[in-house]
Amino acid sequence: MTKKIKNLNLNFGPQHPAAHGVLRLILELDGEVVEKADPHIGLLHRGTEKLIENKTYMQAVPYFDRLDYVAPMNQEHAFALAIEKILKIDVPIRAQYIRVIFCEIGRILSHILNVTTQALDVGALTPSLWGFEERETLMTFYERASGSRLHANYFRAGGVHQDLPAGLEEDIAKFCESFPKIINDLENLLTDNRIFKQRNVDIGIVTKEDALDYSFTGVMIRGSGVPWDLRKSQPYDCYNQLDFKIPVGKNGDCYDRYLCRIEEMKESVSIIKQCLSKIEKGPIKSQDGKISPPPKKELKQSMEALIHHFKLFTEGYRVPKDEIYTAVEAPKGEFGVYLISDGTSKPYKCKIRAPGFSHLQSMDYLIKGHMLADVPAVLGSLDIVFGEVDR
Amino acid sequence: MNTLTDLEKKINSELGTKINNSEIKHDQLYIDIDKDDLIDVILFIKTNKDTKFRQLIDITAVDYPEATQRFELVYLFLSHEFNQRLILKYHINENEVINSLTSIFPAANWMEREVFDMYGITFKDHPDLRRILTDYGFQGHPLRKDFPLTGNTEVRYSEDEKKVINEPIKLEQNYRNFDYESPWEGTKYIKDQTNNNDKKN
Repeated sequence: MTKKIKNLNLNFGPQHPAAHGVLRLILELDGEVVEKADPHIGLLHRGTEKLIENKTYMQAVPYFDRLDYVAPMNQEHAFALAIEKILKIDVPIRAQYIRVIFCEIGRILSHILNVTTQALDVGALTPSLWGFEERETLMTFYERASGSRLHANYFRAGGVHQDLPAGLEEDIAKFCESFPKIINDLENLLTDNRIFKQRNVDIGIVTKEDALDYSFTGVMIRGSGVPWDLRKSQPYDCYNQLDFKIPVGKNGDCYDRYLCRIEEMKESVSIIKQCLSKIEKGPIKSQDGKISPPPKKELKQSMEALIHHFKLFTEGYRVPKDEIYTAVEAPKGEFGVYLISDGTSKPYKCKIRAPGFSHLQSMDYLIKGHMLADVPAVLGSLDIVFGEVDR
Repeated sequence: MNTLTDLEKKINSELGTKINNSEIKHDQLYIDIDKDDLIDVILFIKTNKDTKFRQLIDITAVDYPEATQRFELVYLFLSHEFNQRLILKYHINENEVINSLTSIFPAANWMEREVFDMYGITFKDHPDLRRILTDYGFQGHPLRKDFPLTGNTEVRYSEDEKKVINEPIKLEQNYRNFDYESPWEGTKYIKDQTNNNDKKN
């Protein structure tokens, strides 16, 4: 007599601590081996693109903080660059350095979160406790510059919203001295850890070819040995004046991606240090009154400043008819904005290209044939944040 | 093949009649094609040794309700080899079915699902054309220009039926779309109200 064996369907999430947000993953299991994974996304869909079409360019910036909410300013950067290129305005050099400093802080924020929660998913609790302390310090820097820890709303077309407060540069420099020690501590706990390696080495291998075909970007493609980083290949702001290396993986497995992220954090610290040594006093936003609002103290004296202020905060600035795609190297990969302007003060269309979207789509390809316990490991190394996947 | 100008020449000479228009701006090459040539053009730019656009970055659509052909499909490509970006576009009518790229780029799968979800454009030979971002059982296509910003339905938990239900949206206040282009005439809903009052009097 033969027994009929049916595959088991398992519903992973949407409320699962290792799902890193609201991911509903429908897994088809044959014993403990995953045969098929079907991610259901959209549980955090807020219609960001539709909302942006109905807001002025300045009002649209906060929506970008809410995409990848662990590295908010990197997203704002892409949007600001898109508008700047259409309007053909130059960004003062101090503003460029400030933006790069905060983008690299964002990268460290995101990588700490990813590395430590990935360790958490495979059973190591301590790294997350150590890492989150550093994230808190970094978010204080965010707060001191922009006024809020997470949803910064700090970058503007033409520069940044306000200058850094006194003493912030020195404190960031101090952090750059102390942080490499924390990375070393994390590495001591994880890099040669037997359990961590057993759970990550040779899991979720991506070949070079597949990384290209599946539109992988960022660490996902670098982990597979493709030296591709937009900060180097298509530099924006002042990245071409900075000296940094691009860590590249060899095997394209979860462990290599972990190593890439650790090395990238070290590079980010070095970039921040270089910026701090080069940064000089100067304007922090475009001096064009039609684009950046005047300083508050001028409002009471200058009629022109008052008019500019009123027009900018009601109608907003108009952007000539054009279309553009700009991309930045966000911590998770290529984050792009495809912007169509129609001459009014609101974007006609703003498509957001989120790296996590194409990474998550390959879940089925990555996990097929792996064990159920590998699902959190692979998911962790994809570095998914639902704010940007669902938009 | 180093500069974008070379690339533009190469594509124009090799594909000839299939390219309707090409333009270089913002360090990117924009080309317009016909809907039927999509697969040919993409296979060429992906495999040719002088172009090598190996990565499909994104697919999206743009809605122009007043135009003769309502939707514009946009494909973004990236070539690592030559560090170039290419933007491919074509126009289609509403209800036109277009070819899916899933057999050429596996990454097109979700991107096309998103276009289907947001604009209601259907793709031929797509393995799994379901909604992706909107809720289960959602009606309509949110990114079309005629879809209201507030949506058509709102969701709440019904104590009577003991489940989550959808019902037509009720707004406490009209959606206020300020028209800053003509500040002295007021916004549209104010205009409507004054016109109605005038009629009554």
